[in-house]
Amino acid sequence: MGRILAIAIWVITILSLWMFLSHRWWFPEAISEHGPSVDRQFMITIIVCGIAFAAAQIGLGWAVWKYRDSADKQRATYSHGNNRLEVLWTVVTAIVFISLAVMGQRVWASLHLHAAPAGSYQLEVTAQQFAWNVRYPGKNNVFGKTDVQYIDDATNPVGLVDTDANGKDDVVSPTLVVPVNRPVELILKSKDVTHSFWVPQLRFKQDLVPGMAIHVHFTATKVGKYELACAELCGMNHFKMKSYMLVLPQSDFDALMQLAPADFGTKKNQLLDSYQLPQY
Amino acid sequence: MAATATSTNQVVDAVIGAGGSGGRSGNGFRKNGGGHGDGDDFHYSPARYRVGIWVAIASIVMLFTALTSAYIVRMASSNDWTPLEMPKVLWLSTTVILISSVTIEISKRSLKRARDSQYGLWLALTAVLGVVFVGSQYAAWRNLARQGVYVATNPHSSFFYLFTAVHGLHVLGGLLALAYLLLRTRKKRDSVEGELRRIGAAEAAAVYWHFLDGLWICLFLLLFFWK
Amino acid sequence: MAEAATHGEVHRHPAPTSFIRKYIFSIDHKIIGIQYILLALTSVIIGMIMSVLMRINLSWPGTHIKILETLFPQGAPGGVMSGEFYLSLVTMHGTMMVFFVLTTAPQGGFGNYFLPIQIGADDMAFPFLNMMSFWVTFVGFIVLVLAIFAEGNATVGGWFTSLGASWAGGSGTVGPIGGWTGYPPLSALGKVAGPGQGAGVNLWIISIAIFCVGSLLGALNFITTLLNMRTRGMSLMRMPLTCWAWFTTAILALLSFPVLLGGGILLLLDRIAGTSFFIPGGLYVSGAPVPLHTGGSPLLWQHLFWFFGHPEVYIAILPGMGATSHILSTFARKPIFGYRAMVFAIFAIGMLGFFVWGHHMFMSGMSPYSAVAFSILTLSIGVPSAIKTFNWLGTLWGARIRFTTPMLFALGFVSLFVAGGITGLVLGQTSLDFFFHDTYFVTAHFHLVMGVASIFGMFAATYFWFPKMFGRMMHEGMGKLHFWVTFLGVYAIFIPFHAMGMLGMPRRYSNFGEYEFLKNAHGLVLFVTIAAIVTVIVQLLFYFNFIWSIFKGKKAPNDNPWEATTLEWTIPSPPPHDNFAGIVPTVYRGPYEFSVPGAPNDYIMQTEPEGAAVQAGLGDTSGNGGNGHKH
Repeated sequence: MGRILAIAIWVITILSLWMFLSHRWWFPEAISEHGPSVDRQFMITIIVCGIAFAAAQIGLGWAVWKYRDSADKQRATYSHGNNRLEVLWTVVTAIVFISLAVMGQRVWASLHLHAAPAGSYQLEVTAQQFAWNVRYPGKNNVFGKTDVQYIDDATNPVGLVDTDANGKDDVVSPTLVVPVNRPVELILKSKDVTHSFWVPQLRFKQDLVPGMAIHVHFTATKVGKYELACAELCGMNHFKMKSYMLVLPQSDFDALMQLAPADFGTKKNQLLDSYQLPQY
Repeated sequence: MAATATSTNQVVDAVIGAGGSGGRSGNGFRKNGGGHGDGDDFHYSPARYRVGIWVAIASIVMLFTALTSAYIVRMASSNDWTPLEMPKVLWLSTTVILISSVTIEISKRSLKRARDSQYGLWLALTAVLGVVFVGSQYAAWRNLARQGVYVATNPHSSFFYLFTAVHGLHVLGGLLALAYLLLRTRKKRDSVEGELRRIGAAEAAAVYWHFLDGLWICLFLLLFFWK
Repeated sequence: MAEAATHGEVHRHPAPTSFIRKYIFSIDHKIIGIQYILLALTSVIIGMIMSVLMRINLSWPGTHIKILETLFPQGAPGGVMSGEFYLSLVTMHGTMMVFFVLTTAPQGGFGNYFLPIQIGADDMAFPFLNMMSFWVTFVGFIVLVLAIFAEGNATVGGWFTSLGASWAGGSGTVGPIGGWTGYPPLSALGKVAGPGQGAGVNLWIISIAIFCVGSLLGALNFITTLLNMRTRGMSLMRMPLTCWAWFTTAILALLSFPVLLGGGILLLLDRIAGTSFFIPGGLYVSGAPVPLHTGGSPLLWQHLFWFFGHPEVYIAILPGMGATSHILSTFARKPIFGYRAMVFAIFAIGMLGFFVWGHHMFMSGMSPYSAVAFSILTLSIGVPSAIKTFNWLGTLWGARIRFTTPMLFALGFVSLFVAGGITGLVLGQTSLDFFFHDTYFVTAHFHLVMGVASIFGMFAATYFWFPKMFGRMMHEGMGKLHFWVTFLGVYAIFIPFHAMGMLGMPRRYSNFGEYEFLKNAHGLVLFVTIAAIVTVIVQLLFYFNFIWSIFKGKKAPNDNPWEATTLEWTIPSPPPHDNFAGIVPTVYRGPYEFSVPGAPNDYIMQTEPEGAAVQAGLGDTSGNGGNGHKH
């Protein structure tokens, strides 16, 4: 029984490691500036995990193979432990874990502990059950005032106040359009319940909490079309609260932003159709 | 069973003394060497109710800590915080509960000196004061309702009703405990162990009651002096 | 159960005689323990059925299931699960499993039965409160089941609708749909936020609140009993590690459940009394503004919930760790490696567990500075967990392992705990949680540790203590088969979840067909479903074995069939009403004295006095528990 158990444990270990090593189910390509750092930190961590996992399982398997009871009436080694070993492996583990923990704060800090760089393009994203509303400040680059009393899901989803001139050129669209290689700052809000902004290729997510305006910034580094999903349970259609992020070359982006609200949608759809989703 | 005060104490000392040093365990170098008293019986240990009530108090403290932290966060989280003016009857609540702490303490000490009738009397007095306390809380609620202030009127009123209700429920629990003790005063002491249990229960009830008193003071200060 | 009346049985209360006093409203900790175990065994069936339904919906969307059409015509019209039906399964599966399985059997079940015996007591400190703790928990269970019917059935739901809009029921789901975590505003707004948000949520909150009270009554008993009622010679450092685990778990429960209760009260008030603890102003829901609420903070709920929620997961696993240590030592015929370190580790895990709740909230919008602090603390908790793993392996080194069914499950625990725990290193880092938060990677992690390792601890405990509880052995062949299929099955189910997480697959999706980036997941999803169905079916074997063995199992050859050393193995099986038949046991040595050189047997009972057979000066110099002389 000990031998069979050892083999079973080792086979499970090998299969589990293969699942990761084969890269057959892996992150989609990173397309943000901080993305490769996240991926690097993950590689370091998963290698540590893999080594620890393999060592423990191999050790367990070896122990149940070698130390199975047999008929020879020998007794087990009488030992209550070994203080020196305890201290040694505790210290080593602590060093490894704390180092990982500290290293694991770097990308977080760059995104959350530092404000968006000067010159970031600001966009507002307001989530609702079950759609995304991205607001662009328009030609004057100023967001108009909004108020819940003005909201109409069909015609004015974010509730632009019609007396505010600044809002006249604001565009509200379900699609998130950003320029490539330029820092973008998102201001995240919600109309009803908590949602979460999730584009896997961007390598971050952020909850959108009603009553809060949460800032997050990133720089997209590759032109293309990417799916936007919701990552916080928001109700029955949570699974299809879908939209797209479109990363455009600077010139196309500028041209789009110059358009009046009435013309924005058509041009944006044209652009969307002209790009393909990544190959998965 | 006209046991005198002295002999009860002797018995108590005998039981506690034998149990506390770890009994006959060869390696009892600490009090926690376990150990019951002498003999081959599972004796009741006087510490049991005491430990129990402090453990229970720890959990009640956590409940009120959670609600208090909610209070503090809510106070800071938006600009709709309009603190209530304190209903004056709450001064009566505070006075009554403070006095009731004194009465229950007198009652407990009477029991330990085996003055049964005094014990019963002061216990009953405490219970009456407890009822008055609950009544004064209800009066405060009625007072606010007359002003049109209900649980959802504003966040401060929400917390007022919430804190007084949860505290009040615990006071009602305490009143039940007092009622139970009052009923047991009728039972004559029928054994040394029975008497120890009575003392233990009365001590635990007193600790609990003092705790509710202290808790009321904290809530009172929180609601009306930190707003 | 021939009571040992001849031994001059002396107990605080006389043995009960009527059927109701003996088996229903019993104040005997042993009966109460079995009641908790039976409650858990019932709840886990409900939880497993829900998980299989979820798997079927994900693998073959649009499947017609006749019985669903009959039971839930609105939620599963034509027998096809709707999106909200799926989400209610997610919610109730989590709630049922976390509370009514993982917080009952390990602590209330085995802890109630064996803590008093292992410390040499005749019962818990407060037997009446102990009985109340079970029955209160049971009422909580009934209310949760009622939540299913209030939502699932238009008629029953209609009864509640008369209580008000926030009580409106009958959406046809199996209960509320906010997830077991119930985040507001979704869980606080009521039916306006969608189906399944009416009476089901109110009943769910009430059920959990009742459960909190039951748990607290239990925790009170455990702590007082352990501090106050240890027998002669049973110092803290001679207690079996199971007792240390139950003790720490009880402290965690004592301090964390009240916070959940507080949060639950606030949430219920938001729903039915119009308060705004968690609901901010300016909301626009389902086509209309929400004028009633203003100024609340959704994050406040998350803080309160997870302040409870994180200790809760340690409540779920610590008893399993205790049982594993105990069983590994017994069947390795070796003392546990590093008893002191194990005690330290249990305590460290418990205490540190109160300071890491923010790692569930990295993406929530809370202060990013506090996220850094939580992240570093979280990875620190890995250290005591690693110590325990090393010590389990150390216990096996130089051992003489007997591969009984309980031992197999204990070994399985070690393997599964490593597999599940190690990904904590990934999830605990803020920068990595950017990707993995709310994906199946998280689901993989917590299922492996809670849903599997913890359950293996319970299986190990069941097979191990069954002879003591019932005087008969469980069938060994069935037990081994149960182990093998379950061990391979759970790995087959949950290792692929990591791969799904790598793809970015979000949690709580009733359907994966909307997104291109998930299209490579379908093979994995199917594979997992097949594994899950097989694994769930084989649990029937366990149920059969359990029930059949109570009546027809081979009689235990003696009171100590496993040749173990702790106090429960010194008394008859099943134990007499007052456990020790009126005789106060005396403990002379530590709990894991196996293979002591020079001793006549390869085990020495804790109650064995020092004698010539055991040479003086034994017990190792590291002071780690030995025979008690050294510390």
